Amino acid sequence: MAEQSAPRARPLSPFLQIYRWPVTMATSIAHRVTGVALSAGTVLLAWWLIAAATGANAYHLFALAAAHPVGQIVLFALVWSLAFHLFNGIRHLLWDIGVGFEVSTANRSGVAVVIVSLLATAAVFLLSHQDLYR
Amino acid sequence: MTTQTPLARVEGLGAARSGTGHFWRQRVSAVALIPLSAWFVFAALSLVGADRDSAVAFLHQPVNAIAMALFVIAALHHSILGLQVVIEDYVHAEGWKIALFVLNHLLAWVVGAVSIYALVKIAL
Repeated sequence: MAEQSAPRARPLSPFLQIYRWPVTMATSIAHRVTGVALSAGTVLLAWWLIAAATGANAYHLFALAAAHPVGQIVLFALVWSLAFHLFNGIRHLLWDIGVGFEVSTANRSGVAVVIVSLLATAAVFLLSHQDLYR
Repeated sequence: MTTQTPLARVEGLGAARSGTGHFWRQRVSAVALIPLSAWFVFAALSLVGADRDSAVAFLHQPVNAIAMALFVIAALHHSILGLQVVIEDYVHAEGWKIALFVLNHLLAWVVGAVSIYALVKIAL
């Protein structure tokens, strides 16, 4: 019987930058990234709740951080993350029951989810900054 | 040494002995989070720029306190399940993987405990 030789180095699948990015791949990656971001965002939610429970000074500190430009960028990144993860999550749930799984449908629903999530984020921005244009 | 065939080993609840539990809990929490997230966005929007008294008055309402508690619990449950898959996909060193699994649960429990404590304190 022939000796089993050491396995040769097998070719690995190419890394991300080799591929053209189809819509479904981009939305899949974005779903994961926004999910991780939202997990981190729960810490800010807990900060807001404990600040409200603690007192006026603690709440004022949170409000200052939220109104700061950096805080605003973080909050709107989280608003978009929530909107995208919510709408794309519904897309995933529909796939789970076998709806919309054709490539052309999945591509179109992917573009739709990106557009709708951006519109929802813009709506939240306008509703939360009414003092800017009043 | 087991006399089981590989097929028998993974039948039923499978090699991990958890069956479709992870998959199913991920979907159930996802469905629960659809209305809860919508409620949360409207709640947060109504409190933008509000002072502490308004926020406390809002969270003092039983319906709002319960909805916020449900949102926090469902979100953290969903987060634990999701981050577990991310860790499983990218972390292959056994020690780091176990450490991150533990950290994943611990952080979620701390965030959950702080949030629920705050809600109870405001509600009572």
